[in-house]
Amino acid sequence: MASKVLHAIFTDDDILMHAVKALREKKYSIDEVFCPFPVHGLDKAMGLPGTRLAITSFLYGLVGLAVSTWMMNFIMIEDWPQDIGGKPSFSYLQNMPAFVPIMFEMTVFFAAHLMVITFYLRSKLWPFKKAENPDVRTTDDKFLMEVSVNENNVQAIAEVLYENGASEIKLIDNK
Amino acid sequence: MSHYESPIRKPLVTGDKSYHDVTLDVVRPVEGKANKSWWVVFSIALIAFLWGLGCIVYTVSEGIGTWGLNKTIGWAWDITNFVWWVGIGHAGTLISAVLLLFRQKWRMAINRSAEAMTIFSVIQAGLFPIIHMGRPWLAYWVLPIPNQFGSLWVNFNSPLLWDVFAISTYLSVSLVFWWTGLLPDFAMIRDRAVKPFQKRIYGILSFGWSGRAKDWQRFEEVSLVLAGLATPLVLSVHTIVSFDFATSVIPGWHTTIFPPYFVAGAVFSGFAMVNTLLIIMRKVSNLENYITIQHIELMNIVIMITGSIVGVAYITELFMAWYSGVEYEQYAFLNRATGPYWWAYMLMMTCNVVSPQFMWFPKLRRSIMFSFFISIVVNIGMWFERFVIIVTSLHRDYMPSAWTMFSPTFVEIGIFVGTIGFFFVLFLLYARTFPVIAQAEVKSILKTSGEKYKKIRAEKGEDANLYDMPEQQPLPNFTEQFNSKSNS
Repeated sequence: MASKVLHAIFTDDDILMHAVKALREKKYSIDEVFCPFPVHGLDKAMGLPGTRLAITSFLYGLVGLAVSTWMMNFIMIEDWPQDIGGKPSFSYLQNMPAFVPIMFEMTVFFAAHLMVITFYLRSKLWPFKKAENPDVRTTDDKFLMEVSVNENNVQAIAEVLYENGASEIKLIDNK
Repeated sequence: MSHYESPIRKPLVTGDKSYHDVTLDVVRPVEGKANKSWWVVFSIALIAFLWGLGCIVYTVSEGIGTWGLNKTIGWAWDITNFVWWVGIGHAGTLISAVLLLFRQKWRMAINRSAEAMTIFSVIQAGLFPIIHMGRPWLAYWVLPIPNQFGSLWVNFNSPLLWDVFAISTYLSVSLVFWWTGLLPDFAMIRDRAVKPFQKRIYGILSFGWSGRAKDWQRFEEVSLVLAGLATPLVLSVHTIVSFDFATSVIPGWHTTIFPPYFVAGAVFSGFAMVNTLLIIMRKVSNLENYITIQHIELMNIVIMITGSIVGVAYITELFMAWYSGVEYEQYAFLNRATGPYWWAYMLMMTCNVVSPQFMWFPKLRRSIMFSFFISIVVNIGMWFERFVIIVTSLHRDYMPSAWTMFSPTFVEIGIFVGTIGFFFVLFLLYARTFPVIAQAEVKSILKTSGEKYKKIRAEKGEDANLYDMPEQQPLPNFTEQFNSKSNS
């Protein structure tokens, strides 16, 4: 038997937040909320765990720093030490002041790009990806909440949603 | 839930706008047809671009002997234009990143266009070092890859190579920052599109954005971290550009004040260009309710502050030249102010130091026409600043026998005008096809800073409900539906 979900549409972010809190108070879990803009505090109200993208960015930055250090050490010190104006490149440490700008730029480059790529992959976003929002109005001005239901609790959940200002409630077969 | 905002703060979105109104206003230029004035401006920009393209082709095929450069002045208009365009590119990231970190809500209506401006102007900037190479088909030599002569590598001690890394990092990070911010807005256009072709294109551009709560949580984190990364990048890029000069031994160039002075100048010219573009765009695209007088006033205040910093930098330079006791340095600055290029120096001083001071007067900084005029004046002044630094320092260096003058050829003028054309071609195409206002972000501040909601709070108090409960249909029997659907 296919599982079913309730789709409740809300017309305002404040109403949505009240409904989310009301559902969570009654220990119902919310599958998904689709919003046209970031609603502050929604993730906490829904009980979503925090994202660790910032941590990955820091780690990617360290990778960038390491790559730039290795690259410049190999190029300028080991492989082909250039003698520029009578100032040969003997050691990385001696040359480091000149390397700082590139170390900085590559740290930022790696941290930014790899974090964004991680974000796209984790959120499953890429150029030919088909959008998955069930109602096109959710990118305009409506908010859609998706809640899994079973025969026993469907009416109770629908009532909570109704009492908390859902303007439309539909029962949908979950694909 | 909307945060508290002091009632004395002016609204950032005027008119009684609802979330849906924001959508309609932002999408109108994309869904509608271009008007006559758009076509007129686009045609002029396109002609300028094509002329510049012709001049670039001529330069590449004939060599840079087609320019007015000589042995003494090897860098003139090309590097002037390069630094000028990079500088203009600074306001975009500053508005998006620095003002995001400082939680400045007024950035939200203007950040998208400012970021677009950044990308388009950095593209123009990048053209100049490449065509100045003389053999631009060998441009890949600036990359750290072993070349065909054996293990000869790039020189990481060179500020010019730092520039390669700085500009390319800046361009690419700005691009992903801009694009990631665009995804929800592309999704909005995709979901409204009626024509299949349009739906397909915006479907591809939006990367399948669906607006899940988790996506928004990540989106906000990514925006914040990117802002944190881009903020030092803004400072580093023009600092590194200034190293091109500051690490040399030419009198007038090797000054320690260059990095902050270049950064302030860049922000100054960047904001002036944002003002130029947005004053036109708000009118053409009917966005007066989003890009308000308040936005223009705040940008004018930034112009006033950075203009004053630039003024202090000019005076510091003069003081240091005198105080250093180095006669070459003293002569370089005396020559700037009183030598053959005195007119360029005076133009720079007038445009950059005097003109922004008018912004102390509230009446002037709130005037659209005056702001537009000053924004153009500042951009002219900043171009002359780069010209003065480069040409007046080079044209009389240590060896009087090498002293010479510079005047541009039609090719240099053509390329410069061409880049202005190219910039406007890109910006005009952007304004017709992209959502020019970050509508998702504007919607998120509507309740705190929108005029409609401010009025409600003024009338009914801070705790007033900012929403109307919708009309609800009677609740059907879902248990019945559940069973009947399961059976079917």
